[in-house]
Amino acid sequence: MRIDCKHVWRHISAYIDGEVDAELRAIIDRHLETCEICSAVLDSTRNVVVLVADDRVFELPAGFSKRFHDRLDRELALGGN
Amino acid sequence: MRATCGGLATAGAWGRPCRITIGATQAELKPDAGACTEEGHGRQVTTPAITEAECIRRILAGEKHLFHQLIRPCERAIYVMLVGILGSEAEAEDAAQETAIKVFLNLRSFRGDSQFRTWVLSIARNEGLGRLRRIGSRKEDSLDAEADDQGGDFTPAILISWREVPAEALERKELGAILREAIGKLPEIYRNVVILRDIEEMDGKEAAAILGITEGALKVRLHRARALLQRWLAPKLETFAARPPAPKRKGLFGWKG
Repeated sequence: MRIDCKHVWRHISAYIDGEVDAELRAIIDRHLETCEICSAVLDSTRNVVVLVADDRVFELPAGFSKRFHDRLDRELALGGN
Repeated sequence: MRATCGGLATAGAWGRPCRITIGATQAELKPDAGACTEEGHGRQVTTPAITEAECIRRILAGEKHLFHQLIRPCERAIYVMLVGILGSEAEAEDAAQETAIKVFLNLRSFRGDSQFRTWVLSIARNEGLGRLRRIGSRKEDSLDAEADDQGGDFTPAILISWREVPAEALERKELGAILREAIGKLPEIYRNVVILRDIEEMDGKEAAAILGITEGALKVRLHRARALLQRWLAPKLETFAARPPAPKRKGLFGWKG
């Protein structure tokens, strides 16, 4: 069975997450062997996912943790629970 | 995050980051070397490793100081989620503190039928959405549902000579800014999914539980979000690629190439 590029794009996210079944994965893999466009789309999407996951993208502001726990300390001193 | 304190490595006031297992209620709150020092409050508190459930029980029994230990593994995830919702670091920080206080005040109502982190992030999300309503929600919110219903146009950026951008490129601050801007541009329903699944690396079940949607809906949104990010980012990432294009050969475009 052959699939076109748009069909591959629809499954790219699930493919990256390993959530396509073995049969579909094999079909997509065969397509990717000969389609440089889809290979580039897949790899660039995966690259974006890897970059977004990096802790350096969203760093806590300087002093965040101290202010966070200082405020909690004040609340805990007030009582509650 | 990722079963550790994640970004706390930058929180110097708290001494060494505590590597704490999070997730299930039986999770063990296990600081490095068996102790967690809290130096930021002018005191030295050494806390032995205890489970999350035990920690909650003891807090409810009066050992309130243990709440710091309980909430610490969640604080980065709380903040990142709120930045995603509110779009402002200062507002997100204040909302993160309010979230932690609400978690503390409502701890007795945590039943343990979900993961503690899931429960905490649900509270964070409600805090963020409540603030959005109070300050006049972003106009895009009404468009979000429309985009979700209609499916939208998710054609990816068609690349001819894509090159991988290594994570080391994040040392350049402008790359982080480009990524944050792109995530911030996503409609809220997609942004939250990216934050939970790709930034906080939660599994689909937990992320769906926090957002109150089905796992199927979550997958659709994640796919669309990634497609939008690829389309926006791929053309901009070119300048961050590590090497010039390799000569034509098999694998030129490949992850493995």
